[in-house]
Amino acid sequence: MKNIYMDYAATTPVDKEVLKDMLPYFDKIYGNASSIHSFGIDSFNAVEEARERIGKLLNASPEEIVFTSGGTESDNLAIKGVAYQNKNKKKTKGYQIITSDVEHPAVLETCRYLEKDGFKVKYLPVDKYGLINLDDFERAISKDTFLVTIMYANNEIGTIEPMKEIGKITNENNILFHTDAVQAICKTPIDVVKMNIDLLSISSHKIYGPKGCGALYIRKGTKIQTIQHGGGHEYGLRSSTHNTPGIVGLGKACELGRERLEKDSLHMKKLRDILIKKIINNIEESYLNGHPEKRLVNNAHLRFTGIEGESLNMMLDDKGIAAATGSACSSKKLQASHVLLAIGLKPEEAHGSLRLSLGRWSTEEEVTYVSEVLPGIVEKLRKMSPLWNR
Amino acid sequence: MTDLYTEKVMDHFRNPRNMGEIKNADGFGKVGNPKCGDVMAIYIKVKDERIIDIKFKTFGCTAAIATSSILTEIVKGKTIDEALKITRDDVAKELGGLPAIKLHCSNLAADALKEAIKDYKKKKK
Repeated sequence: MKNIYMDYAATTPVDKEVLKDMLPYFDKIYGNASSIHSFGIDSFNAVEEARERIGKLLNASPEEIVFTSGGTESDNLAIKGVAYQNKNKKKTKGYQIITSDVEHPAVLETCRYLEKDGFKVKYLPVDKYGLINLDDFERAISKDTFLVTIMYANNEIGTIEPMKEIGKITNENNILFHTDAVQAICKTPIDVVKMNIDLLSISSHKIYGPKGCGALYIRKGTKIQTIQHGGGHEYGLRSSTHNTPGIVGLGKACELGRERLEKDSLHMKKLRDILIKKIINNIEESYLNGHPEKRLVNNAHLRFTGIEGESLNMMLDDKGIAAATGSACSSKKLQASHVLLAIGLKPEEAHGSLRLSLGRWSTEEEVTYVSEVLPGIVEKLRKMSPLWNR
Repeated sequence: MTDLYTEKVMDHFRNPRNMGEIKNADGFGKVGNPKCGDVMAIYIKVKDERIIDIKFKTFGCTAAIATSSILTEIVKGKTIDEALKITRDDVAKELGGLPAIKLHCSNLAADALKEAIKDYKKKKK
């Protein structure tokens, strides 16, 4: 039986080089990075080396990197941290946040929470590709806007938002710009200086690092407060003993990702394009979701009329293929994906969607296999479907 | 109750029984809503108040397909009165349970059957 992983957007295996670098920090170099003895200093140095590596990937200084437990925490810290810092300025500047309808729940739910706490949030709609409209965005800005949080690339449909243009506008209006770059990092070059990004969230496990570790880039001078109180680690912004093995892993993953960025991107893009072309050509009434060009190099998001995504995924799993769907039936909330609805799909269209995401180790043989297996499965499900009468 | 699908669910999903349509069915019932991600259609053939043939078509998740399939097995050969007594719980039980989250949304087969019987009775009049 085949064993094909095409769900790299959900998580990635840890790169062997990353794992090798991490291992000593479990049992050999185990000191607390905050301790003053030699054990602690060894750990401290490892943490600082990781910080440098992440900074280098983003064109940031090491002291602008704060370690967290992952993408969700980075988003929470960025948005709540900036919001609470601005809460006292209700009457002057600082009350409104601008975000989009297609954000990851880590951003959306944080914004909704802040709404309950009295903040105003403007959710920008997107077009059929999932892109925000820059004119809408500029119009939404008011004198009360203090933070914009727009994702770099969408975790479902892979659409890449106009970062540079957003950064230009926030910069001109003296508004802080946060982006969730969890899916984009190591798949497209990111320069926080050139793009005027003030805060940027990353996660380790999407880039061949370990789970349970992430980072937030915070531009020097950004006014932000902690949301996790304690011993004052990470410049007082994120208390908690350093997860040294995780941080070392994230640092190494970023270094590898930077070195391999071009090679990995070209590899994934080539496979992605073959995959999309073969599927669209071989299956009637199959469509690509998201933007044809402005999309992540590893993301193929498709939909098929008349079938439901959870059963499609289950049948793919039976053939040894791991994928994902935006169907309600696969979600814990039993609702169709908010992203797919936001791009204007009908709920029944959203249910019939499939996300295939590629990675560093995906091969052309795998892509060929998936594109050969998929038509039969879609046909089988359509034969069963009362919504398919062709 | 479990969070994962039972072997029996997977068996019915992989090898659905009585899938398809019945031409000139004596009764037809369709329930669910494509918006919610589940639509089930049931066709029945009745002779002497006994369901002698039954077929289904389902748009939906694994649980939706498995519940439809097993319902047709339970129902085949039963009288109309017996068939009317079949509940959603009976269907779930026969499958060895369903994940809690799927118990309601995807377990519509018994409802579709009731609609088909209603249709049959209406036609008979």
